[in-house]
Amino acid sequence: MIFRFNNLYSLTLGVCLLPLLWLLIDTAIDNLGPNPIQALHIRLGDWSLRFLWLTLFITPLQTFTKWRGMAEYRQMLGMYAFFYASLHVLAYLLVDHALAWSVIGIDIFESQYIWFGLLAFIIIFSLALTSPKYAKKRMGKNWKKLHRYIYLAAVAAIIHYYWQLKGNMAEPLFYLICLCLLLGFRVLVWFKNRQFTKMMIPSGQKLARFTEKQMMSEISLEQQANEANSHDESRNKQHF
Amino acid sequence: MIIKTKKVIPASEITDPSIFKARRQIIKASLAAMLSSGGIASVFANSTPPIWPNLPKSPVTNGTLTVTPAEIAKNHTNYYEFSFNKTDSTRLAQNLVTDPWSVEISGEVEKPGHYHLEDILAKQTLQEYVYRHRCVEAWSMVVPWVGFPLASLLARVNPLSTAQFVKFTAVYQPQTMPKQFANAMLEWPYVEGLRIDEAMHPLTLLAVGMYGEHLPKQNGAPLRLVVPWKYGFKSIKAIVKIELLKKAPMTTWTKFAPNDYGFYANVNPNVAHPRWSQYSERQLGSRFFTPRRKTELFNGYGNEVASLYSGMDLRHFF
Repeated sequence: MIFRFNNLYSLTLGVCLLPLLWLLIDTAIDNLGPNPIQALHIRLGDWSLRFLWLTLFITPLQTFTKWRGMAEYRQMLGMYAFFYASLHVLAYLLVDHALAWSVIGIDIFESQYIWFGLLAFIIIFSLALTSPKYAKKRMGKNWKKLHRYIYLAAVAAIIHYYWQLKGNMAEPLFYLICLCLLLGFRVLVWFKNRQFTKMMIPSGQKLARFTEKQMMSEISLEQQANEANSHDESRNKQHF
Repeated sequence: MIIKTKKVIPASEITDPSIFKARRQIIKASLAAMLSSGGIASVFANSTPPIWPNLPKSPVTNGTLTVTPAEIAKNHTNYYEFSFNKTDSTRLAQNLVTDPWSVEISGEVEKPGHYHLEDILAKQTLQEYVYRHRCVEAWSMVVPWVGFPLASLLARVNPLSTAQFVKFTAVYQPQTMPKQFANAMLEWPYVEGLRIDEAMHPLTLLAVGMYGEHLPKQNGAPLRLVVPWKYGFKSIKAIVKIELLKKAPMTTWTKFAPNDYGFYANVNPNVAHPRWSQYSERQLGSRFFTPRRKTELFNGYGNEVASLYSGMDLRHFF
């Protein structure tokens, strides 16, 4: 991440740390409710999810507003999603389980919702690892391929969120709708691009048919032209 | 039914004879206090001195448990009639009208009828029962309940031999219960059930208080069930109806998600919920960096209740 002196960028960088500060204050003043361990753990997970959604929001935002140069904000938000996800995982391992690995092992093995959380975290971890510019340069085309897995991470994250609940779906529904809109935008773009590509670069048999058609139309045009010429000729003849 | 208990009662837990002799006075005093504290006063129940400061401890009570701080137990309730949020229920539940309160007992009994709560309590000896409370969400606490065995209430209405199950119905009060009013999520009113031998077991309680005080409204006032070897959702709050039935009743959570919440719902670390493990539990009140407690089969009450399920596949009857 190249740091430029940019007021808005620095401001965003700072603002993204406020949820952590807020959480630390709540922890310090014992304001996390009757189950502070779970509250800490869940709030970190919530913020990771929110930052992941914000990361996914940058591209549509650029498209709609025609603003340029938001890629570095997308990178920053993605790194924050990873940052809060890491704290979420650490809180689970350390604060909640105090590194009691035998209990952790069984907990992960038996809890399907954790599998999806783990999948999401592994993806985000590898994206964060390959986030620096030199990694992007070295990886070439593969970089984009790898970073498309953010969509899978987002789907895994929402499943992780849903499956640990007992039934109340109001808040998760909000996140699900947001994700549907964010992913829906990608599907729309992909679909449009595909149609566009179809029109621009015909291939295989279609190309053959296309040229055939074109030739036919050229021939008919020629014929028409000839006919027109002959008419002209006849007209000319009449004039003569 | 003979229930053998291997526990030797420590001398410290044997009731002081003076307290025992004064039990009628204690009950009368507590009833008077209960009646006078109805209505608005009970909202401030948290600040009043304990009504039952030195209640005799029940012989089934395990004296080695560390009781969860009252403030935690009072502000961490799953009371979906009020809110899906465990702390919001505390405030919202104060609107519940609990006075007067009567319980309808019907079905396979000789003496069905509507019984006023005061009349029920007048014939019962209240004791303190310190029990583990394990939620299906994998958190737990230790609560000193004030109550009496359900069996001694059922004995007064003479169940018929045809009574195989007990169905409990909670209050339907949509004008004070927002989620009932909105018809949200579960089917209201809340219904729970026990097999008759589970209901008659001496560990199974009807509670009217905790921490030496009346039950706070968010904790199920004025009358709730406590079945310590089952997940918390079995211990239905604000009971208005007890029916003795020939067949097993359909219970609220089982109807909502039959694969997730069974009729028995015995605490069992070896049978995971379809989406999460039940192997360990977070004890409320523990500090950061404290490992979770390993959940025990039947929540640690195996000596007392395992015989109820001998020969049953607990994975199938979850």
